[in-house]
Amino acid sequence: MMTRKRRLFAGCVASLICLLSFRVQGQVTSQRLTAANSEPQNWLTYSGNYQSHRFSLLDQITPANVKNLKLQWVYQAPVAGNWQTTPLVVDGVMYITQRPNDVVALDAITGRAFWIYRYTPNPDRIVCCGANNRGVAILGDTLFMGTLDANLIAIETKSGRQIWKTEVASTTAGYSITHAPLVVKDKVIVGVGGGEYGIRGFIAAYDANTGKEAWRFYTIPGPGEKGHETWEACPPASGTFCDPDAWKHGGGSIWMTGSYDPQLNLTYWGVGNVGPDYAGAQRPGDNLYTDSVVALDADTGTLRWHYQFTPHDVYDYDSVQVPVLVDNWARTGINALIWANRNGNYYALDRATGRFLLGRPFVKVNWMSEFDERGRPIQTPQPPGQPTYPGNQGGTNWYSPSFSPLTNLFYVSAWEDYASIYGPSPVEYNQGRNFTGGGPRPFGSVPGAPGLARAPINTWTEAAGHGAVIALDAATGDQKWKFNMTDVTDSGILTTRSHLLFTGGREGYFQALDARTGTLLWKTNLGAAINSGPMSYRVGNRQYVATVSGLSLFVFALDE
Amino acid sequence: MLKIICLVAVLVTAVGSTAMASPQGAQLHDSQYPDVDIAHGANLYSARCITCHGAQGDAIGGVNLRSGKFRNAITDRDLAGFIRAGSPAAGMPPFALDDTDMAGIIAYLRNMNSFDAATVKSGNVARGRAVFEGKGACTKCHRVGRVGSHVGPNLTDIGSLRSAGSLQRSLLEPTSQMMPVNRPVRLVTKDGTVINGRRLNEDTYSIQIMDDRERLHSVLKTDLREYTIVTTSPMPSYKGTLSSEELSDLLGYLLSLKGQS
Repeated sequence: MMTRKRRLFAGCVASLICLLSFRVQGQVTSQRLTAANSEPQNWLTYSGNYQSHRFSLLDQITPANVKNLKLQWVYQAPVAGNWQTTPLVVDGVMYITQRPNDVVALDAITGRAFWIYRYTPNPDRIVCCGANNRGVAILGDTLFMGTLDANLIAIETKSGRQIWKTEVASTTAGYSITHAPLVVKDKVIVGVGGGEYGIRGFIAAYDANTGKEAWRFYTIPGPGEKGHETWEACPPASGTFCDPDAWKHGGGSIWMTGSYDPQLNLTYWGVGNVGPDYAGAQRPGDNLYTDSVVALDADTGTLRWHYQFTPHDVYDYDSVQVPVLVDNWARTGINALIWANRNGNYYALDRATGRFLLGRPFVKVNWMSEFDERGRPIQTPQPPGQPTYPGNQGGTNWYSPSFSPLTNLFYVSAWEDYASIYGPSPVEYNQGRNFTGGGPRPFGSVPGAPGLARAPINTWTEAAGHGAVIALDAATGDQKWKFNMTDVTDSGILTTRSHLLFTGGREGYFQALDARTGTLLWKTNLGAAINSGPMSYRVGNRQYVATVSGLSLFVFALDE
Repeated sequence: MLKIICLVAVLVTAVGSTAMASPQGAQLHDSQYPDVDIAHGANLYSARCITCHGAQGDAIGGVNLRSGKFRNAITDRDLAGFIRAGSPAAGMPPFALDDTDMAGIIAYLRNMNSFDAATVKSGNVARGRAVFEGKGACTKCHRVGRVGSHVGPNLTDIGSLRSAGSLQRSLLEPTSQMMPVNRPVRLVTKDGTVINGRRLNEDTYSIQIMDDRERLHSVLKTDLREYTIVTTSPMPSYKGTLSSEELSDLLGYLLSLKGQS
């Protein structure tokens, strides 16, 4: 690092123009990824660092001057649809993905493109829920992208040319990749989506240089593997449909990027819903490792521990949330993993062992009542036709949270007072066909009440729930403040060293709050829903904040 | 002070010699078809057509390819369409040739009667690769797959993009075949810093380039005092520096580059 800094300094004292054109473009080594906090001008991984804090150490933009933020440039994507990418920025060059599976290298100061890599996924691909790509990973001078047709692709950073392509899984069987890969040492780690199509999920690592598979961990254990016993045998003559081969299409998708602890050499991944989503009677048992976090040895993929948030889920409570790593949690000396789950609970786990440290609701929850001493929820299924809290989209979902080591607060995009009524129905597995087994409907007699669908007109009321940014004390789960929105939010959250919090929502506002108090400091209407996680970077002496809204990437900074 | 290496000095890809060196050298055939295209087509013909049409082009009754004239294909475009579509009724399958191969096969068919395959040839691919990565020093500027520099145009699929004739002329007279997008640019900033490179993108107010040290730059035009688009190729001619056989081999290698990665 010192060498790089000296080079940067030597280059930049020559003239002001160097800020525009001469940026050190070094190789992004594994060491740089591990020490990402030491170069806050860059954004090297999906969540900013291996701890997934989505916290920027930049502090040029402050609570005092944030009102002076000005739009610097806009990049408009050519393909319509929900856009969820988080850019990487490396030494003044921004790398973003755009639908369906393009990668674009942009000048981070002006937004002008250096190159575009275009990939056309298999037209027969099967992808659920707003086919998306959330970003790339980088190692050396290579970018890595998972595709909607379940390939992993390596691309040169300098030219945008493809280096290799590896088929990860069969797209016609419902497999896809939508999240940004995670690079650990010399491997690229990805998982597969397809939880609504009866896949058998897995996480796999690939040699960054060749694309050859190094290890694979199935999130649905097979016969003889630990955890397979949680796919219990069907009871004899129960009178209801039961699938004796349920594990073979048990879901357990991966669709958000995991985290990594270099000291423990463990990588943490959240696992998605069980298949079928709602028809629990046909898959008796806890259905591991669905709705769990798994801690894997980064070199071998060996499972070290797991914790299941929602055993035998019948609510589609994917646990794909980004795992957030916090050291010396609650001043106990324990290095923890904290988690706001789609099921409405906030958790803290010992990330070395998986030991349950804390669990408590952060929104209204009625699918369970309390935890036993080992952290297993005591479930309280609601009578047919009655609402279950939180609803199908959860107390939160995939939206990136943020953790500020300065405030020790954990910031979460939440859906409050939100419920669904569930209607399971038996479903037989057919490859590539929808495999949800019934479905939820919103609670509240309000047309267009919150769900996956998005629209600029909000016709629901307080009876159907609303969105909020909530700040939780990471040590206790106590809510320290709340910023309410009328509509719900799918936006991620960014916090900064200067105690700013940036986030958006379906209403299209991009807003800055005081991370200590939740006070609104600045907002601008970008005109379309914000469904990605904001990020920040610096080029020269200038800090930028970037967010996607609708079909456009907006970049803000203070005027010079 | 920032030190910039002159692109022109670095962009070497030396190949040389009059070679390819048929007696005709790099000159065009009597017709509009370059000899190297015809030679490339001859190779293709031997590989893909000769089984049915025969070495002399007259193995199918009523069809004499050596005539160079065809009932249903008056123009070259007609001929390309016919080859791509095939003639299922007559038992000829469709051929999905890329632009280079199609240019070659048409050039050969139009000149089959007069062409002496012994005089012009594209050479050995493996030896050509050795020239490319060795004596020719082409990788100092160009990249194929994961080998070579980003400074010059990437040649990974150049065999699909350029005709044999164009490639041969590139080796002998680089400027004559330089595409406008590959014209080198020379930027001088207001403080006197010089940046030489290749344009990746440009708009009214800014330019994005790959410089001669493989660095990406995005520069505002208002920060420049000089912006020169160079119309001569920085690539030196290989005329006189490679033997005719080496040139043939190098051409054979370039023609074989069709998108590997």
